[in-house]
Amino acid sequence: MMIMQWTKARFVAVAAAVVLFALPVQAEIKIQEVTSPGGIKAWLVENHDIPFTALNIRFKGGTSLDAPGKRGATNLMTALIEEGSGNLDSQGFAAARDALAADFSFDSDEDGVGVSARFLTENRDKALALLQDALTKPTFDPVAIERVRGQVLQNIAANLKDPSAIGGDILRAEAFGSHPYGTSGDGTLDSVKALTRDDILAAYHGAIARDRIYVAAAGDISAKDLGLALDKLLGGLPATGAPQPADVAVAVKGGIIQKDFPGPQSQISFYQAGVKFEDPDYFAATILNEILGGNGFSSRLMNEVREKRGLTYGVDTGLADYDHASILEGSLATANDKAAEAIKVIQTVWADVAANGVTQKELDDTKTYLTGAYPLRFDGNRRIASILVGMQILGLPSTYPETRNAKVEAVTLADVNRVAKSLLTPDKLRFIVVGKADGVTTSN
Amino acid sequence: MISQFFHADLAPRTWRRIAAVVVVAFGALAGAVQADTVSTFKLDNGMDVVVIEDHRAPVVVHMVWYKIGAADESPGHSGIAHFLEHLMFQGTKEVAPGALSKIVAAQGGSDNAFTTQDYTAYFQRVASDRLGLVMKLEADRMHNLDLSQKNVDTERQVILDERNQRVDSDPGALFNEQMDAAQYLNQPYGIPVIGWRHEMEKLSRQDALDFYQANYAPNNAILVVAGDVKPDEVLALAKQYYGPIPPSDKIHPRVRPTEPPQLAERRLTMSDPRVAQPFVVRTYLAPQRHPGDQKEAAALTMLAQLLGGNRATSVMPKALEFDQKIATYTSASYDGLSMDATTFGLAAVPADGVSLGDLEKAMDAVLAKFLKDGVDPAEFARIKAQVAAQQIYDRDNTQGLAHQYGMALASGLSVKDVQDWPAALQAVTPDEVVAEARKVLDRRHSVTGWLTAEEAQQ
Repeated sequence: MMIMQWTKARFVAVAAAVVLFALPVQAEIKIQEVTSPGGIKAWLVENHDIPFTALNIRFKGGTSLDAPGKRGATNLMTALIEEGSGNLDSQGFAAARDALAADFSFDSDEDGVGVSARFLTENRDKALALLQDALTKPTFDPVAIERVRGQVLQNIAANLKDPSAIGGDILRAEAFGSHPYGTSGDGTLDSVKALTRDDILAAYHGAIARDRIYVAAAGDISAKDLGLALDKLLGGLPATGAPQPADVAVAVKGGIIQKDFPGPQSQISFYQAGVKFEDPDYFAATILNEILGGNGFSSRLMNEVREKRGLTYGVDTGLADYDHASILEGSLATANDKAAEAIKVIQTVWADVAANGVTQKELDDTKTYLTGAYPLRFDGNRRIASILVGMQILGLPSTYPETRNAKVEAVTLADVNRVAKSLLTPDKLRFIVVGKADGVTTSN
Repeated sequence: MISQFFHADLAPRTWRRIAAVVVVAFGALAGAVQADTVSTFKLDNGMDVVVIEDHRAPVVVHMVWYKIGAADESPGHSGIAHFLEHLMFQGTKEVAPGALSKIVAAQGGSDNAFTTQDYTAYFQRVASDRLGLVMKLEADRMHNLDLSQKNVDTERQVILDERNQRVDSDPGALFNEQMDAAQYLNQPYGIPVIGWRHEMEKLSRQDALDFYQANYAPNNAILVVAGDVKPDEVLALAKQYYGPIPPSDKIHPRVRPTEPPQLAERRLTMSDPRVAQPFVVRTYLAPQRHPGDQKEAAALTMLAQLLGGNRATSVMPKALEFDQKIATYTSASYDGLSMDATTFGLAAVPADGVSLGDLEKAMDAVLAKFLKDGVDPAEFARIKAQVAAQQIYDRDNTQGLAHQYGMALASGLSVKDVQDWPAALQAVTPDEVVAEARKVLDRRHSVTGWLTAEEAQQ
């Protein structure tokens, strides 16, 4: 059972953007575009070295498809997919899966429901049949619903005492307001308690459909076999699901919000408006983010906040490019008596980069990092399948790996510094502090 | 939220916290890889070399594992192994503070390090044609560390921040420290890897340099290189960069205090208003994988799988979550990779309205029933199938394989032990599991802990 927490999901989104950016320039991997006899499209990297296949599927929409008043329905539904299907109950399904030594995982976030599977070649047909039952014939057995609902409610209760989750909730509400992004996909204690089996079925019909599906496989399977398998696996799904949510404009305001929380540290997050992948300045913005706080020990923020002053164990920033909005965000934890200083340092760095830009050396180093990192991303079937799904969701061609590094190389210092001026808004960088920070001046 | 690039991931000896409904990844079945892709060498200065080939992608992972960990620290200096690990990024005569990570990043690579009770490891992941570069950097800091007082003082603040973030802000982690301290009567595993705060605050530049000079040498290190490389090329590079470093005459076999017979059960309760989910946890002192003798550890690994490996069909979740519905989460854990005696752990999170006392009683009843009824043969067969499959899946993750070899060798096992492990698991019989369970699940060797938000009555 997988229940994504908001903080996790956010950082997954950041990571996805980075992964995407680091695709290879040399076509070390050969991506095949496969269309099944029944018309399901998938990408495949065939490799017969190891006798197993990694399969990745994503249904676009995710928890943002929850119906009004039914917050948490998609999350609960996703957690129930492996809790009984066809003739099997929860335990029967788990036993059948383990007997085949197959792995299935199901997760949901604000932009999709994901399925990740791995199965041995010798068990492929049986494993796929089991996965097919889970995806197309989940029973949503009332006993399983109550057991999993209990787990979800405990998870929500735990998040109410988790400073990162509390900060995430505040940030989400601040940035996205009444859009589905504005609240946790887990739902609230009240909303989840009120969900009925019909609500869960409605969430299933809304989220799991063929009009929103992205598929990739990597490993020991041929294009022909993959096509046949996909028709069996996914052919029985309904053609359409719930309409996708609208885009949302990020609310930007400066200042600091503080939420009291016990403990020696304050958890601090900060955000401002970001850049969408489709924006022609996306690559320049990504390089800018890397220099600012993206690439760990080489970043401006890491140098100023950790290396020079020892104010934190770590600080990072990321361009979180969701399907319907984009923000530039960051986070760190710091001792309560250091929080005010840490915030000041971040504000100063932000203003300095906006006004004065970055150096040629920083740009050059970041380019060699980004272009050099490409082969490191493709070193396993599981990872390849996941990256290939991400590329399809962004509408990229399967030849993208051949041209991607040229796009990085094409970014000039003038581009990055122009984007730094236009994108970075030091006066509209909002801080959310959860803890007992001393000397922080809050605002609304 | 702790991103991968932060230094010093403290590998937990047991679980760090019990997070309700977050699946605990089970790595215990992780085994080995076919011997034909693994080569081993020893340099003249005593440095061990392991090469694992995987030519699917032009990537290499380069790791140096030092056979020195937190359990080797001298009294009063808790945290020095980990502090030194941080300081290893603070420069040498050749390389400026912080520059190593930047050089690696500028090549598109990533690097990190981590410290446990038993070893300290440094690694880089780069394109395979950059192997020589990272070897040069790693070899340099093996014997040329150059620390300024100012950088030591700043970094001390960073490890205190790290303790704040990972331990002091997390009641589960604080409780875990108390559990470990109660578990070990004599072994240093009762002292946290990151250190006790009052001792960390006093760690000095000289302490770090003393620890460095006493323990960092080629004859106390294992080089593991995995990826798109040829063994003879790795050996040539290793000779070029690590070969000239002289061995140290200060390196002796690690002899640590060991446990006396444990005669009395221990019980702890802790309350902290930040606790969201109360839970009960039990750890039993348990044997580790011994060089040349992994039978007991293999049986315990299978026992953990039988009790908690499958979230629906294992003994604990089946009884407590599905049948009795008094728990929302249960787990059983055991990791036999350890220099000295380790623990076998059980944990359960109560359903709403269930007391920890009742849950603990039910958990003990489940164990008693398991010892009486024995192993479900169908479940046992499914676990064996997974053990076999894991050997195939593991080959997809070269860095994970490198990690398995490094951990094992740095914990005193041999390459043969690593490669024998899957067969050792396959050879375990149901009777051996029950016999081992009877031996290990002895309350006199155990610590039972209750973590609650409010004061609880035992």
